[in-house]
Amino acid sequence: MSLSNGVSLSITTTILHSTSSTFLPKKSPKTSLKEVSMTLSYLSSFVSLFLTRKWCGSVGILVKGMYELWGEGTCYEELRDSIESFPDSRKLPFLASDSTFRISVETFGKALTFDEQRERINSLTYIPFEGKVNLKNADHNFFIMEMDESEENNGLQPILQRRIFFGREVGFADRKLLPTFQLKSRTYLGPTAMDAEMAFLMANQAKAASGKLVYDPFVGTGSILVSAARFGAMTMGADIDIRVVRDGRGPDCNVWSNFKQYGLPTPVALLRMDNNLPPWRSGLNELFDAIVCDPPYGVRAGGRKSGGRKILRGTVDPYTVPEDKRTDHIPSTGAYSLVECVHDLLHLAARMLVMKGRLVFFFPVLRDENGSEVKFPEHPCFKLVAVSEQILSSRYSRVLLTMVKVEPYSEEVEEAARLMHVEFRENHLKWLEKGNIHSSVFKPSDPSQVHTDSKSFKDPKPKYRGKYV
Amino acid sequence: MRLIMHNMLTCNIKGVINKSPLRIEAEKVIKKEVDFNPDFLRHMLAKIEWKALVDGARSMGYTELPVHAPGIESDEPFLRKFHHALLELNLEEGSLVCQESGRKFPVNKGVPNMLLHEKEV
Repeated sequence: MSLSNGVSLSITTTILHSTSSTFLPKKSPKTSLKEVSMTLSYLSSFVSLFLTRKWCGSVGILVKGMYELWGEGTCYEELRDSIESFPDSRKLPFLASDSTFRISVETFGKALTFDEQRERINSLTYIPFEGKVNLKNADHNFFIMEMDESEENNGLQPILQRRIFFGREVGFADRKLLPTFQLKSRTYLGPTAMDAEMAFLMANQAKAASGKLVYDPFVGTGSILVSAARFGAMTMGADIDIRVVRDGRGPDCNVWSNFKQYGLPTPVALLRMDNNLPPWRSGLNELFDAIVCDPPYGVRAGGRKSGGRKILRGTVDPYTVPEDKRTDHIPSTGAYSLVECVHDLLHLAARMLVMKGRLVFFFPVLRDENGSEVKFPEHPCFKLVAVSEQILSSRYSRVLLTMVKVEPYSEEVEEAARLMHVEFRENHLKWLEKGNIHSSVFKPSDPSQVHTDSKSFKDPKPKYRGKYV
Repeated sequence: MRLIMHNMLTCNIKGVINKSPLRIEAEKVIKKEVDFNPDFLRHMLAKIEWKALVDGARSMGYTELPVHAPGIESDEPFLRKFHHALLELNLEEGSLVCQESGRKFPVNKGVPNMLLHEKEV
């Protein structure tokens, strides 16, 4: 089931606040609980559409459950009035004597003891439950949801208001999914492996499902494909780094083992190739149902393409590797800017996606204090259908872009795309030094700091000590 | 590397104009079972270059594929053979040879290395 994008988006920015990065500061979710309560009331208004359907595990992963709202209020008296005014015709069928039920209490912003929970459940005596209680596998599950102002919010304004809801569960998500797939217990990880929850979100945005073929041109350790495979899709991946895609860290610690760990079918194919010079045979097109990836932004990991730094710059002519050294030769690769990388990705997607196929990828953006509108890369074959921002630091965020292919690929289209790419590169990346986001992220915030006395003088450009993978 | 992958590849060295598929030199072939999914197979059938598949399967030791792909209606026995050739034959070690230039792309541990050397770019 897919929620309207508006609802998914509001939850996305709130819950996803942590990354695996070690030197980006962790930000606590500022508006998380407020947005959840707004979302709940939004949901309650269209839950009535789904009354007759039982949704299991297809609710997506951000939504814990869907509930038919029977009543709400700021205190239990109000709740009672609200429930009593809810029509009997909607309540009685689920209170029948030949059914079983269970009532649970969920709280936000506080914790309740077992006795406190029982007290609340017992307060519902005005609801004529005729059936028997079954705590393990009831026919009907009811929930009291209580939200309260957080006692400690570090002296700031409370973010939740006291509100109590009572509802009947009509759909629920697979709550075992995230704990099972979390990266903590993943066999083979890399520095930019995608967080499990995020990978599932991406797979959802791409509509990964049984019978579909999902491709990741920057597969790395396969973290995104694992989630697509869990949703039933066939997967395929490519990477320019042969050590990651072929060797891993050993025979039991590689991309294949990541899939075997969860009993998932391994990718249909993995290959080492350069997205800038893809080896696809001509005439091959419209093959993939979705392309889902996390291209290298050039901040913690830079992209690479064939050619070698000196060759690409023209410092050195292309050389031939002597015959005897050729088998183990690892061809040099040169810097591959984000802009060029994304252009190649769009080109690949335009050609290789089926019509209505989806392209889902992350794109980094500098957080502008002026709040001026950010422009994203475009392509004439694609329609942008979703933009979800994940704040990474005070300096920059990444946005998850979801695009749908609406025009078939052709040579005319390719020419129009090339012009769009040139326009984007010229006009929308002025704030990036040579299309390099890394320097913008790491530059000092105040240039005047450079002129303090020599004792406290700091190197104006903090050196990036990590590795460019 | 499975034949589904082989069917998508070509040699893109500068100067090579051919349209012919890469020839497989198999050193080690493994059979791995994959779940049978007829919808996926039918979608792939439309995209596959049939002769390349037949030749590729032959070099890996499988000769059961018909010389020509069937028309609109593809029945189950055919799909089973197609499934086996496309997804269950794995080239673990070997190479893919460009028929025009002779360049060999190695396949190690099931992963083909399609990266070009400096002069070929």
